[in-house]
Amino acid sequence: MASSSKSEPVKIAAPLWGRSLRHQGVVIGALIVATVVLIALCAPLIAPHDPYYQDLLARLKPPVWDDRGSWDHILGTDHLGRDYLSRLIYGARISLLIGIGAALISGLIGTIMGVMAGYFGGRVDMVVTFLITVRLSMPVVLVALAVVAIVGGSLQVVIMVLGLLLWDRFAVVMRSSTLQIRSMDYVAAAQAVGCSTTRVLMTEIMPNVVNNLIVIATLEMAHAIILEAALSFLGLGVQPPLPSWGLMVSEGKDMMLFEPWLITIPGVALFLLVLSINLLGDGVRDITAPENRN
Amino acid sequence: MLYYSLKRFALALLVALTVSLISFSLLYISSDPAIAMAGETATDADIEAIRQLYGFDRPILVQYFDWLQRALAGDLGQSYYFRTNVSALIAERLPTTMTLGVTAILFAITLAVPLGVAAAIRPNSLIDRIALFLSVMGQALPSFWFALMLIVLLSVNLRLLPTSGSDTWLHLVMPTVVLGYYAAPAIMRLTRTGMLEVLSTDYIRTARAKGLRPPVVLFKHALRNAIIPVVSLAAVQFGFMLGGSIVVETIFALHGAGFLAWESITRNDLPTVQGLILVFSLFYIVLTFFADLINAWLDPRIRIN
Amino acid sequence: MTDHVLNVKNLSVDIPLADGVLHAVDGIDIHVDRGETLCIVGESGCGKSLTSLAIMDLLPKKAIRTLAALDLGGESILDYSERQMSDIRGNRMGMIFQEPMTSLNPAFTIGNQMVETLHRHRNISGRAAHDLAKHMLEKVGITAAAQRLNQYPHQLSGGLRQRVMIAMTLLCEPELIIADEPTTALDVTIQAQILLLLQELQTEFDMGLILITHDLGVVARIATRVAVMYAGQIVEQGTVEQIFDNPMHPYTRGLMQCIPVPGKTRPGEPLGSIPGMVPSLIGRFTGCRFADRCSLVTDACGSDDIALRDATDATQAYRCILDPHEMAKVA
Repeated sequence: MASSSKSEPVKIAAPLWGRSLRHQGVVIGALIVATVVLIALCAPLIAPHDPYYQDLLARLKPPVWDDRGSWDHILGTDHLGRDYLSRLIYGARISLLIGIGAALISGLIGTIMGVMAGYFGGRVDMVVTFLITVRLSMPVVLVALAVVAIVGGSLQVVIMVLGLLLWDRFAVVMRSSTLQIRSMDYVAAAQAVGCSTTRVLMTEIMPNVVNNLIVIATLEMAHAIILEAALSFLGLGVQPPLPSWGLMVSEGKDMMLFEPWLITIPGVALFLLVLSINLLGDGVRDITAPENRN
Repeated sequence: MLYYSLKRFALALLVALTVSLISFSLLYISSDPAIAMAGETATDADIEAIRQLYGFDRPILVQYFDWLQRALAGDLGQSYYFRTNVSALIAERLPTTMTLGVTAILFAITLAVPLGVAAAIRPNSLIDRIALFLSVMGQALPSFWFALMLIVLLSVNLRLLPTSGSDTWLHLVMPTVVLGYYAAPAIMRLTRTGMLEVLSTDYIRTARAKGLRPPVVLFKHALRNAIIPVVSLAAVQFGFMLGGSIVVETIFALHGAGFLAWESITRNDLPTVQGLILVFSLFYIVLTFFADLINAWLDPRIRIN
Repeated sequence: MTDHVLNVKNLSVDIPLADGVLHAVDGIDIHVDRGETLCIVGESGCGKSLTSLAIMDLLPKKAIRTLAALDLGGESILDYSERQMSDIRGNRMGMIFQEPMTSLNPAFTIGNQMVETLHRHRNISGRAAHDLAKHMLEKVGITAAAQRLNQYPHQLSGGLRQRVMIAMTLLCEPELIIADEPTTALDVTIQAQILLLLQELQTEFDMGLILITHDLGVVARIATRVAVMYAGQIVEQGTVEQIFDNPMHPYTRGLMQCIPVPGKTRPGEPLGSIPGMVPSLIGRFTGCRFADRCSLVTDACGSDDIALRDATDATQAYRCILDPHEMAKVA
């Protein structure tokens, strides 16, 4: 009685759900991410104030749990009197846009490169592997900073730059997954029947590398969010007055001794978002392919 | 072994050349260097003069080879802002970054390897869960925020460490922790996985059957084999630290190459930025080259063909 | 009467699994004397490897070992701590494993791995240990021993590596060696050499040897006594002549019919086979474990646990409800 899970491309839906719900990391991660997404989508409805409105008479008000705080500004205000809670909520949009945008672009580039390399092998593989090595040798932060400095900082530029730089892990993982799948019997069968290359790629290879793709996408999304925050913190990312969480930390750091909430709040938000995305990605990997850990 | 080294060396060379070409063209394509060099108050005539003087009107490839020639001789041009030799500038700043990087990676290894070994010896135990918990937390922590929180906590509130500058070794403590913690989770997980694998091999069973004491089995027999991929990873992480040093040095006001990067970027000092990208990449390439060699040397199956 | 080199009484190994406890080894009694070779025969999964690991106390963490008695050279090692056991392993009791290709650490030289045993148990190191190791390599038939000591395992063939394993195990002149399928992974010609080597060394060192195998050819060549294992129990034991000439248990008889006998089996004649599969050993099992594959099965076979009983010659024992007379009738 030989049964090999490797020759079964289709994952059975029901046990997967069961395993998902029992995996703590996935549940927590998914919940937090879903909450943040919801907050971002409903921002205009939930935010108590306009995140750009400056009330210079209400500058540097502490959050509500402090003696001097008020329910008017639950998380206080920044140095220009802007409501911190509203900025935090709209900041979620920026982080998510960056994460999703960069992940999509880098995912597209990396997946195409990786799958091509894995499927066609030979010289295509050599070229792709070489390009990956070149990309890995380049200092990402430095190059990103330099390009943004030259072209000018904005949301779109940051997404583009990160998207064009973060494709390496996609390429590596997609390449090895494709190599693995390509040697499976059912691919040989499809080719023997005469399916065209595109068809084989689409119907046989892609569905089976999708699991890995999702895992890497979440990891790179988190990576992009952290990088944007760092770039904005250094002044070379998203530009003011946009409420990027990284930018908020940067703007608050001169006053962090007396008004610590200015940096703690956006920092905690970043931490929670990145943590939950990582948990989600790790969890998905644990559930669908635990052998790929590390 | 020799053939292996030569192959790797040739590859490294090719990668280095490609990186230099890409970084060169990147910075030239996206702006007009003559304008950047001339400054804000220049007239069109000034800009044109500069363009001809420095040869910015030549085709990019020609400019690249020119630059490459000089770079190979050690001349990376003149810094627009600092008005000195870029090579000298970088050479002056690099030791600080190197020191920081070395202490940071040592910190990460000292933290991560024992934790990974402990987690592997007792899988699913408390120590294992703590190790995995810490690694997940570590990977989600933004370094710049961590740095600020440490400063508030340790420098200001507890007055344990100095805020910035680089006079004594105390000044290096917080930057080391901030630069190093990010590398620790990956190293810990790789050590753990590697040890788990190795501990279930036949030769570990033989070692136990020979009556060797547990520390000998663990550290002499198991770790020696499990550590091989970790060496490569540590080298790669060390390479990434150069990028991370930009944030850390800027926050802690350490005058290293990372801080120089930030200074020159914000001042549009093109030659310096180019020089730095080249140096950082070369450093990473050389590092991974040696890591490959060490890797091969550590495994007798590769060393003795 | 001198003590047995090894005396095992009522050894059981249980492994807790998700769907119940796996009783992998159930109530084994074995003993070996100096100069004697006990072969434990059985098919894959019958528990013979676990038995040997249990004796050495090298079972995986999840496995639970229970014993009424475990004596080495007359003294009880049943309640020995891990520290005490590690003093014995590789010293008074040695083990050789099945896979020579993976049983040696690829990162260290042969010499290094041999010398560390001497250092651990005899406190000998340096030149003296090196010479002892070289001497032992020559004893197991390895030429150019001095060069071999400086080589790494991957530079040696499978047969050579197994010789090294044997040499390594002999360094401290143990009273007992357990060899778990030492020749299974080797070529047939090398197999014969290794078995011959083991026999010679056993005589020279006057050791007890337990050899675990599934190959009756090996048993015939090297055994003094035989214990046949099935589904975690010993179903028959006796001298090698008794087992081959007069097998009592239906399983043993079935095994004997499966092998071609030169001189007796004619070309084209079908070899025997034993239909059915080994039963699951998870949870409580009553009655004979061989019942659903046995041609002599009756209703009485499934009711109670069946104990070993003596054959006509009291040194032979088998586990069946039929007594020797009834056995002879249906032979």
